[in-house]
Amino acid sequence: MSQGIKRGLSASVSAAALIFATGAATAQEDTLNVYNWSDYIAADTVPKFEEEFGVSVNYDVYDSNEVLEGTLMAGGTGYDVVVPSGSFFQRQIEAGIYQKLDKSKLDNWDHLDPQILEQVAQYDPGNEYGVPYMWGTTGIGYNVAMVEERLGADADFDTWDLIFDPETAAKLADCGVTLLDAPTEVFNTARQYLGLDPLSTDEDDLQAAVDLIMEIRPHIRYFHSSQYINDLANGEVCVSMGWSGDVFIAADRAEAGERDVEVAYTIPREGATIWFDIMAIPEGAPHPDNAHKWLNYQMRPEVAAENVNYVWYATANQDALPMIDDDIKNDPAIYPSEEVMESLFVDLPQEPRFARVQTRAWTRVKTGQ
Amino acid sequence: MTATAGERRKPKGRATALRAPFHALAQRIGLSGRGLVVAVPYFWLIAFFLLPFIIVAKISLSQMIIGRPPFTDFFVWSDAWLPEIQAYLDNYRWLLQDSLYWVAYLNSVKIALISTLFCLLIGYPMAYAIARAKPTVRTLLLLMVILPFWTSFLLRVYAWMGILRNTGVVNNTLTSLGILDQPIQMMNTDFSVYVGIVYTYLPFMILPLYATLEKLDGALLEAAEDLGAKPWKVFLTVTLPLSLPGIVAGSMLVFIPAVGEYVIPELLGGPDTLMIGRVLWDEFFSNRDWPVASAVTIVLILVLVIPLALFQRHQAKVQEREA
Repeated sequence: MSQGIKRGLSASVSAAALIFATGAATAQEDTLNVYNWSDYIAADTVPKFEEEFGVSVNYDVYDSNEVLEGTLMAGGTGYDVVVPSGSFFQRQIEAGIYQKLDKSKLDNWDHLDPQILEQVAQYDPGNEYGVPYMWGTTGIGYNVAMVEERLGADADFDTWDLIFDPETAAKLADCGVTLLDAPTEVFNTARQYLGLDPLSTDEDDLQAAVDLIMEIRPHIRYFHSSQYINDLANGEVCVSMGWSGDVFIAADRAEAGERDVEVAYTIPREGATIWFDIMAIPEGAPHPDNAHKWLNYQMRPEVAAENVNYVWYATANQDALPMIDDDIKNDPAIYPSEEVMESLFVDLPQEPRFARVQTRAWTRVKTGQ
Repeated sequence: MTATAGERRKPKGRATALRAPFHALAQRIGLSGRGLVVAVPYFWLIAFFLLPFIIVAKISLSQMIIGRPPFTDFFVWSDAWLPEIQAYLDNYRWLLQDSLYWVAYLNSVKIALISTLFCLLIGYPMAYAIARAKPTVRTLLLLMVILPFWTSFLLRVYAWMGILRNTGVVNNTLTSLGILDQPIQMMNTDFSVYVGIVYTYLPFMILPLYATLEKLDGALLEAAEDLGAKPWKVFLTVTLPLSLPGIVAGSMLVFIPAVGEYVIPELLGGPDTLMIGRVLWDEFFSNRDWPVASAVTIVLILVLVIPLALFQRHQAKVQEREA
């Protein structure tokens, strides 16, 4: 869940290109194939790693967990390091596609925040398979001027009403309201908004969430997981359910753009999803030694801090905190207050049968059938 | 007389005797040469159509599991000499029960048909004009039809997003000229999908149409005019029927890929643009259900390709009879 500007499609095309490329590259031992979210690392992290370890890195990107999982499940990808999110990671561990980490090669492990390790252990018991990389929330990105114009200057922005209240959504429809194409997160959030257990696997609760989304569906411009970044930035849409760092990217681009657009991010007070992205080594990775070097390098506090200063997500590295820019450290949208932290909920995997029912419901919601 | 006749015959007979083994050899080489030539398209079809089709058909008969690959095995090797076959028809039953797939199939066919019609309406005059142009201009015009292919298809679709969106070229121009107060919502609608498909597939309509129109015998048209037919009638009774093979070929080239189109509805379409390509993506990536995704593919091939293949065969027979 990160800052995808590239489409899943172009990501998977380049993934295919990489698979061909690595076929030739495996003969060389000093390479490493990394598959990460787009815009999810500082610009000089890879060159610095290459220089220090004499390893040449093939770095490739995707914009959705679904694309990553489709690639991994096909097998024989040639990737050494991938970065899935929580519940996807858990299911992939279950499918047996990762190898256990050799912690003797990861002497920077102690820099990780034990609280986050504990959270991630919900997906990966004992933290045997993955190194938590960054985390963030799923909230609302909005165009301040456009929303104020339609709802009034004293409007309340810190609420899911912006999207899930039919009256409010109707007022905003003409400037563009968008939802992520991420079934579990949208349904969890909808259940939370309705005052239900966000992780409920009750079919009546699901139906209530479906009804809610169906009611606002006429006002939804599209369901998409990366298009909204550009569209928020140039005023094409005005309210998007989105991943925190992505909205910050949009805000940054809006500021740099020639149009006068101000984009802001909010974690609605009703509660929102908190998610974790985790670096892991697939089973059968051609260069496991280099992969461990890479993971250990990413856990250095100064490297983690540089990445954060570049991508504006919170890191799982507690010793990096002193080196992180104050703007980021003190931004409650990135490092939320204790109070807000308590309102956040994780996204746990559902049992396959309910997941099936829920994704069916999602297809119906999306297509309006 | 007889002697000379015999002498005369003799060398001929010797030559035949000499040629026979050579001829047999040549015939054999000729045969295998011909066989080779025929084998290439067969190999192509088997390697790139039949084998993938069988693999997909096999997956469509399995069940989803959590694992790699995420579906059950087709052959189960127990102690017996022969493997047991483990096949399920659940996925097909599922497709039958759920109206979503049929709505998606029908909608895809509808969008593809309308797009094909527009391609024909726009492409025919263009192909006609190119075929009637001077040879020097003709090359240039053909080049202009092909030229967009030199740019990535994805980039060209993105360019359309820039043209059609609310803050895009069209809306900005119209509002700054005072023709519009509010931008028209063109992006993320069916309209933008039609624009994208017609734009993308137009060359596939123009090129086969051009090929048939260019070969059209001008004498036939002159004869029709000499016999007093008005230009409009000449077109309807001579040009149009003679260009029918081009129309059929062009329509097929547009219709078939348009039905399964994924990228254009995904990038330009709205949530209401339901096409089978998007349903497939959802089954494969969001639902992680490779078996159902495979079943959707197999059914798509059955309901689409088979009628088209039969139609093609019928067309070919008609042409044979006419010839």
